[in-house]
Amino acid sequence: MLMGPTGVEGFMYPNEVELQWSVLIVLYPFITGLVAGAFILASLERVFKVEAVKPTYRLALLTALAFLIVAPLPLQMHLGHPERSFEMYLTPHRSSAMAMFGFIYLWYLMVVLLVEIWLDYRAEIVHRSQTSKGLLKFVYTLLTLGSKNVSPGALRLDDRVGYIVTLIGIPSAFLLHGYVGFIFGSVKANAWWSTPLMPIVFLFSAMVSGIAAVMLIYMAVSWYQKRPIDMRCLDTIAKYLFYVFLIDFSLEMLDLVHRIYEADESFHSLDFMVHTRLFFSQVVLQIWIGTILPLALLAVTQVRTFTEAVRRGIYASAGLLTMVGIFAMRWNVVIGGQLFSKSYLGYTTYKLEFATREGLLPSILLMILPFLILWTLVKLLPPFEERHSL
Amino acid sequence: MKDLSRRQLFEKAGRFLILSNAAAAALNSAEPNPYSTADHWWGMTIDIDQCIGCGNCAAACQAENKVPEEFHRTWIERYQVQGDDYQHPQVESPHGGREGFTPLPESAAKSFYVPKLCNHCATSPCVQVCPVGATFESPDGVVLVDESYCVGCRYCVQACPYGTRFIHPEKQVADKCTLCYHRITQGLTTACAEACPTGARKLADLKDPKDPVHEFLRTNTIQVLKPQMATGSKVYYKNLDGAVR
Repeated sequence: MLMGPTGVEGFMYPNEVELQWSVLIVLYPFITGLVAGAFILASLERVFKVEAVKPTYRLALLTALAFLIVAPLPLQMHLGHPERSFEMYLTPHRSSAMAMFGFIYLWYLMVVLLVEIWLDYRAEIVHRSQTSKGLLKFVYTLLTLGSKNVSPGALRLDDRVGYIVTLIGIPSAFLLHGYVGFIFGSVKANAWWSTPLMPIVFLFSAMVSGIAAVMLIYMAVSWYQKRPIDMRCLDTIAKYLFYVFLIDFSLEMLDLVHRIYEADESFHSLDFMVHTRLFFSQVVLQIWIGTILPLALLAVTQVRTFTEAVRRGIYASAGLLTMVGIFAMRWNVVIGGQLFSKSYLGYTTYKLEFATREGLLPSILLMILPFLILWTLVKLLPPFEERHSL
Repeated sequence: MKDLSRRQLFEKAGRFLILSNAAAAALNSAEPNPYSTADHWWGMTIDIDQCIGCGNCAAACQAENKVPEEFHRTWIERYQVQGDDYQHPQVESPHGGREGFTPLPESAAKSFYVPKLCNHCATSPCVQVCPVGATFESPDGVVLVDESYCVGCRYCVQACPYGTRFIHPEKQVADKCTLCYHRITQGLTTACAEACPTGARKLADLKDPKDPVHEFLRTNTIQVLKPQMATGSKVYYKNLDGAVR
């Protein structure tokens, strides 16, 4: 096939040449996935009583919050008319999957995450509001929301309500990210996206990325604060990462095998794409480097005994590779789904710009922002200190 | 001719003035037949055999609707199919066919033109996904965009199986064929249909029992684009080849 001057190969419908959703929309499922995954890791301790991961409970919640605050920003920056985005709250179109984003987001932020974090930290916030000075005292006093009762009865109530909120939070986290998968999976016009497996694959990949992210952040923060890493905790997180990753990989392979075996009208087009334009990001980055390699590394730690230092090295490598793999997966879904024509007769190219509104630079800044927020949160609400019993 | 006295002249002139005034008043007061959305259900018919690929329709649409140069509310595709290889047709649409096509060299391939536009689907995927309801279906069956409401999220562009939508580069809102709504509600036809020299594309009012569309649908082999999408497309093609995507 001939390559046109605009990077088009074969025939595209004339309006299709330009991609509609850019790298900013790649960030959106990547970030919400981290939120949902981090929260589910936190719920392991709270609801499923996996005591070993307790050291990361609070860190996971703060990580989820830091990323959740940033989650709507790439969407907002992408809109042609961001000043009208509030209309989605005022006059949502009920048949639109996208219209539900604001409500699911607000539910998750206001009803689940903030409430759970506040309840868990309330006793410490009250204590700090009494012992801090200056601006910090003012901030902590504000954070108490006027609730300064830290009697044993009140704390028991906090704990009980927090437990219920986590119970509500688990399906909410599933909803948050499964819903993102539905936004793509329900577009019948796009053969790359349209599959009922999409929400499930998104959900499991979210758990994978969230668990890997919290594991890496835990190791990084421990190293930075010169705290010893709780190896029982790290081993347990790595074990969960391995199992969830296995399910995620199996689901993705199921989707792939199904497409190959069924070989419907879109198959030739998608197959060509995977072997050409998406070969590096899909086959090399996502499948080999970002999935099979970290799975193999994690598998080795399950069957062989290594020293703590080696295990830490393996977990860090596997975690980083996992993040690369999950980002590549989001990229391949969002960008890959727009590289081929809906006529199945041609392909276009995505031109990633740098310092433009939807370029690489704002994307990098958007990915740094959650870490700055997390750094502030960790300073304000230390996740590792002994719980204050008043 | 009889000479008129001054008195008779005034009498006749007076009568003339009164009558012409009354006639003018009557004409003015006669309500022009108001457009009622409930009386229409718009679509379009396209006769593939009649299309000569001149591109007049696409050029007329661009001029009528001020369509940005690099985008298309309607366009024409030229198909070439070799033998039985209908799965791999050669398709082209330079500048959306606005400037016509260069003649093909003699070949064994079957070739034909396919005009494309928004299918004004009765169950439009674009309308379904719009998060604020800026894209809507009018009661008379035309899919329209409220420019003052669209947030520019581009979900509708993704959802359209036919590639008929785009984001207006200056307005930053979704743009598409309106079936010349500003014309058809005034009793005119669309700019593309008016410009078509062979009558290959015709505006159709499916609620008008006298509209030739009924005869067209009854007596010809009719197909819509991508029927498997089940969008309730209202652009009906006569003799559409199986190779068309």
